[in-house]
Order: sequence, then structure tokens, then C-alpha cells
Amino acid sequence: MMFLVNPSKFNKVADYVFLPVLISSIILFSIGLIFVFYLSPDDYQQGSTVRIMYVHVPSAWLALLTYAIMTLYSIAGLAFRIPFGFIINTAVAPIGAVFTLICIISGSLWGKPMWGTWWVWDARLTSVAILFIIYLIIIFMNLSFENRIIREKVVAIFVLVGSINLPIVKFSVDWWNTLHQPATISKLSKPSIDPSMMIPLIIMTFAFIMVGLTIAILRIKTEIISRKSNLS
Amino acid sequence: MSLRFQRLLLILLTLVIILSAVLLILYNTRENVSYFYTPSEIDKLDIVINEKIRIGGFVENDSFNKISSSSFKFKITDEKASILVTFNGILPDLFREGQGAVIEGAFVDNDIFNATNVFAKHDENYMPASIKEDLKDTGYWNKKYK
Repeated sequence: MMFLVNPSKFNKVADYVFLPVLISSIILFSIGLIFVFYLSPDDYQQGSTVRIMYVHVPSAWLALLTYAIMTLYSIAGLAFRIPFGFIINTAVAPIGAVFTLICIISGSLWGKPMWGTWWVWDARLTSVAILFIIYLIIIFMNLSFENRIIREKVVAIFVLVGSINLPIVKFSVDWWNTLHQPATISKLSKPSIDPSMMIPLIIMTFAFIMVGLTIAILRIKTEIISRKSNLS
Repeated sequence: MSLRFQRLLLILLTLVIILSAVLLILYNTRENVSYFYTPSEIDKLDIVINEKIRIGGFVENDSFNKISSSSFKFKITDEKASILVTFNGILPDLFREGQGAVIEGAFVDNDIFNATNVFAKHDENYMPASIKEDLKDTGYWNKKYK
């Protein structure tokens, strides 16, 4: 498992898995979209609008997952002095930001016909908006600072402080009254979603993971190369 | 204890402390963080006439009255208390009796809430339309799902 912390080992593994990951992302996305548009049923009260959920939910999960990975790597980078942790921070922050943006846009497209409004300032929506702003700040911090070593540390500390937002995003629907509905899949009892809708959701989630992984591999490799060539 | 382990401990401890500080703040301001009051929470509050607030709950069964094509009257309930709401405007698609809703507006007197905006609240249940028909045919349809 050293490829998760060692840049040169990561490069070797990445060369092996890149093509399979790319191909599986294309296949999963095609199958997923066929399911979403043709094979999945209309919801009993939302009608066709339920199909937005198959984009909205995976992107929301991926936005949170990306940030959780950045948090773990920031801890590793700061505590164990593993430079690869900082490489990950720089490389995947824009990916998380885009997933968050997809989540917000698809959510408000769903909200207009269903709730009757594009946006409300309830706890869930506000905390996701904050997550997006945190991602933006991380991206801009990565573009600033002359000194790389200082920049890496400051960004990693900021990532750690921002990680406090993660449990707030996740549990906001349970702790406070919100317009956003509570969790469907991860609630402790049986998920209250029919298998015919669960299957496309799972396929789309894996498709999103593979697309994210494809871009992440490319960005991490680029970051490793740019560090080698520019040691300032 | 090695240096890197000390650093790890320091980081984790700092995170726990900051997290608990933030959660304490949010817990103590939860009335402001919550997007709406439920009718039974309203009962415990002092109602200020014409102050803009949001209430949320379910549209009470058999309480919906259409006064004209764009003015409506219904009750919002959380099964402990209910509030009479009047509304002029367009209702969202999901709005119907038994469905969750969030109402923005103000009390015009102690009993009547005048809504300026009505949002339908979607619950966490997803079900294909065909299954609803099956459930209705076999008599297993839960009225709660409406």
C-alpha cells in the first residue's frame, strides 16, 4: 500500500490502473445514463424529476468523500511529514469543488419544481455552500504564496479546520429542521428507496467515483512532475 | 512517544476541541439555525403579530379549502398542534394534504397565519409510480405516503 504515500510508487501503480479506470468510467457512465433515462421508473410523486437525483446524490457524496480524503492526507502530511499528502491537497481540491458545484446546481434545478424555490438558507444548503467556499479558498491558497513549504502547511491546516464542516453537512438534516429531506440511504433502518431506483443510483455513484479517480490520477501525476521540475 | 506521534496527537486534539466549540455554538443557536418552527414549538413561543417567520409541518387532512383560483386556506399540523394558514399565490406541485410543507409569512392575529411563500417539503421516500398502483390494488397502500 506504499503507493498511497510514495510519489514514485504511485506513478508506477497509476500507469497500470489508469487505462482500466478510464475505460470503466466510460462504460459505467454509459450504462448509468441508459438506466437513468430509459430503465428507471418515474417516482410516484416527483414524476420524471426524480432523475435529477441520480446526478445530485452521487456528486454530493463525492464532494464529501473528496474532502474527507484531503483531511486524512493533511493529517498525514502534517504529522508524519509525508509530502505526498500536500500533493493530494493541491491536486484534488478542484475536483471536489466541481462536484460540490454540480451538487448545488442540480439540487436547485430539482428544488424549483419540487419545493417551489431555487434556493433557501436552511442548514443543509448553507453548509454545502460553505463547503464550496472552503474548496474555493483552498484552490486560491494553492495559487498564492511564494514559498512552497509554507504554502503546503498553511493549506493543510486550513483543510483540517474546514473539515469540521463535514459532520455539519452530513448531520444538518437530523440536528435541525431543514427544507432538505433527511438521508435515505444511510438511515439506520432499511433504505426507503425502491431497488429499481437504487440500482441506477449505485451505478451512477461508481461512475462518478471512476471519473473522479481518472481526473485525480492525471492531476496527481502532473503535480508530481511539476514539483520535480520546480524545486523552489 | 515519538515526535510524529506527538504531532498526530496534537492535531487530533486540536480538531476535537475546535469541533466541540463549533458544535456548542450551533447547539445553543439551534433556534436560529433551524429553518422553521413546528406548530407545537409555536405554542411555546410568544407570537409577535406581523413578524416574519417560517412554520413547517404536514398539511392536515381534510383541512384544505380553495377559496378562489389563487387563494387557499389550510391547516399545518405536527399531530400535536395545528395552525390555520391563508395563502394567495401559486402552490408548488408537491403540495397536497398529508404532504410536508414549509410556510413563510406572519401571524395576522393569534390564530391566523398569512403566508407569503409556500414550499413543499419532500420526504426521504422514493417509489416508482407503478408500485403505488400495485399497492393500491392490493390494499397495502399506506395513506401516510400520499
